[in-house]
Amino acid sequence: MSNLPTANNTMRTTQIVNIRTESPTVKTYTFIDSLCSKARPGQFLMLWIPGIDEIPLSIMNTTNDLVSVSVKAIGDATRHLHTLETGTTIGIRGPFGNSFTENQGRVLLIGGGTGTAPLLFLAKQLITNAKHLAFVEGAKTKNELLFISELDGVCQEKNIITTTEDGTAGLQCLVTQPLANLLDKEHFDMIYTCGPEIMVKKIFEITEQHKLPLEASLERLMRCGIGLCGSCMIGKYRVCRDGPVFTAAQLREVKDELGISKIGFDGSRIPVYT
Amino acid sequence: MENSPLSISFAGLQLPNPTMLASGVMGYTAESFLRIAKGGAGAIVTKSVSTEPRAGYANPIVVQTESGLLNAVGLPNPGIDIFAEEIKYTKTLLHVPLIVSVFGYSAEEYATTAKKAVKAGADAIELNVSCPHVKQTGAEIGQSPKLLTEVVQQVRDAINKPLIVKLSPNVTNIATLAQTAVEAGADALTAVNTLKALAIDSETQLPILSNIKGGLSGPAVKPVALRCVYDIAEAVDVPIIGCGGIANWRDAIEFFLAGATAVQIGTTVADNMEVFQAITKGVDTYLRQKHYGSVKEIVKLAHRK
Repeated sequence: MSNLPTANNTMRTTQIVNIRTESPTVKTYTFIDSLCSKARPGQFLMLWIPGIDEIPLSIMNTTNDLVSVSVKAIGDATRHLHTLETGTTIGIRGPFGNSFTENQGRVLLIGGGTGTAPLLFLAKQLITNAKHLAFVEGAKTKNELLFISELDGVCQEKNIITTTEDGTAGLQCLVTQPLANLLDKEHFDMIYTCGPEIMVKKIFEITEQHKLPLEASLERLMRCGIGLCGSCMIGKYRVCRDGPVFTAAQLREVKDELGISKIGFDGSRIPVYT
Repeated sequence: MENSPLSISFAGLQLPNPTMLASGVMGYTAESFLRIAKGGAGAIVTKSVSTEPRAGYANPIVVQTESGLLNAVGLPNPGIDIFAEEIKYTKTLLHVPLIVSVFGYSAEEYATTAKKAVKAGADAIELNVSCPHVKQTGAEIGQSPKLLTEVVQQVRDAINKPLIVKLSPNVTNIATLAQTAVEAGADALTAVNTLKALAIDSETQLPILSNIKGGLSGPAVKPVALRCVYDIAEAVDVPIIGCGGIANWRDAIEFFLAGATAVQIGTTVADNMEVFQAITKGVDTYLRQKHYGSVKEIVKLAHRK
């Protein structure tokens, strides 16, 4: 858990100092922010695109006073963000939410799409103390597999499994496919995951069958980011404040909603599709 | 519960303690209401609901300033027909009163929504005639004696449950509007909603909220809210629910002394869902130490000459 302030975390403006293209749809933005540079893996920040929107983003890396987030162009705000250049002023609040625990045993990380970003950040922290680090990453197609070269630097190549839906790289299947087999063969002390909620749900079902501990980072519609507005509730939990990282025990409490329904913009319960 | 020095009854409502969840905070689902009740709330007020669904505003919807929280969420709600199911579900689980906050764009809409909420099981209705950031409703109604009278009267005629009117501090004289609401049929008053406010970013030279203006809450507004409760207590005899910047038991005591029978807590709940328990415990200790037998005995004490 972080001791950084949530209640009095006022927004500050900063400039984008670096933009890196990760894939045809994903870019990583780096900027200076002292508070967020102290974030733990799993925490998120609220990024204000002046005059456009404010969006929650998982922190993907920190170095000195710098912080990076990886953004997929999927909506109006993220598409607009993709048009910005270095030097552009943005606003930052955070870091918010809890973080992953840092297990020192044999750990497995499973990332889907941009869900890989916070797990890469986590893997970099785990590398010093964890006995064994394995990574499964899934994407739709080869050029959407993110951070492959960085993962190679963190895990041994034999401990990285990649999957694509179209078979252009790695195994042709969903990221959940190789999991059951892997868990039958090898023992893990902790599984970490982040990605689309349907994927998280499937992984949760598999780790439950294997009676393994799990920490999953969830994403919901976020408005205030500080636990007030109720937009990101799952069961009795606020994803922004009680999460975004939830344990298997907590996921059991919300299994009627996980991957099934969430709160929409108008406060009604709507289906989860991805 | 009736024998506890902390239990209160007003306008026909029985509360195990004088703390309530203020409208607008985590107010969509039965699960959140239950969690707040577990944190010790003596009653729950839902987010404000209207006849039709409303999506609210784009982000940013909050600005955390050095002196309080500014918000313009924009009254998102699923509409009363869908929310009625949530009310029904909540009522099967919740053991404290459920007060449904209602808004509309006409007196008819307020009345229709209030009626449906009561039919679904609401223990009381709180009229939002004080939201400072949505046009043609909220404060635009609560600031006009004529519109306020119309809305309160129509809702009064439509329901047979306690009717609470939540007032805006953004008026010249809150006491006269309190009188207007009571004359039109309000059983109790909540004072106050947020203070209309603005935040501008000096670097980009833009307002930060997507809606430009919003409502200020948190400890910064407490002295204003306290003054409003004091003024209203001089003007009317109905119970007053104090609201605005209450974060601990001492704040609550100050509101009782100013004339409040109960208090609502909003902004602080984000940081501490057990704040209700903490306040109740502190109030209990205060009453014992000062040798009072109930909360009622200290209501309006600061008015003594």
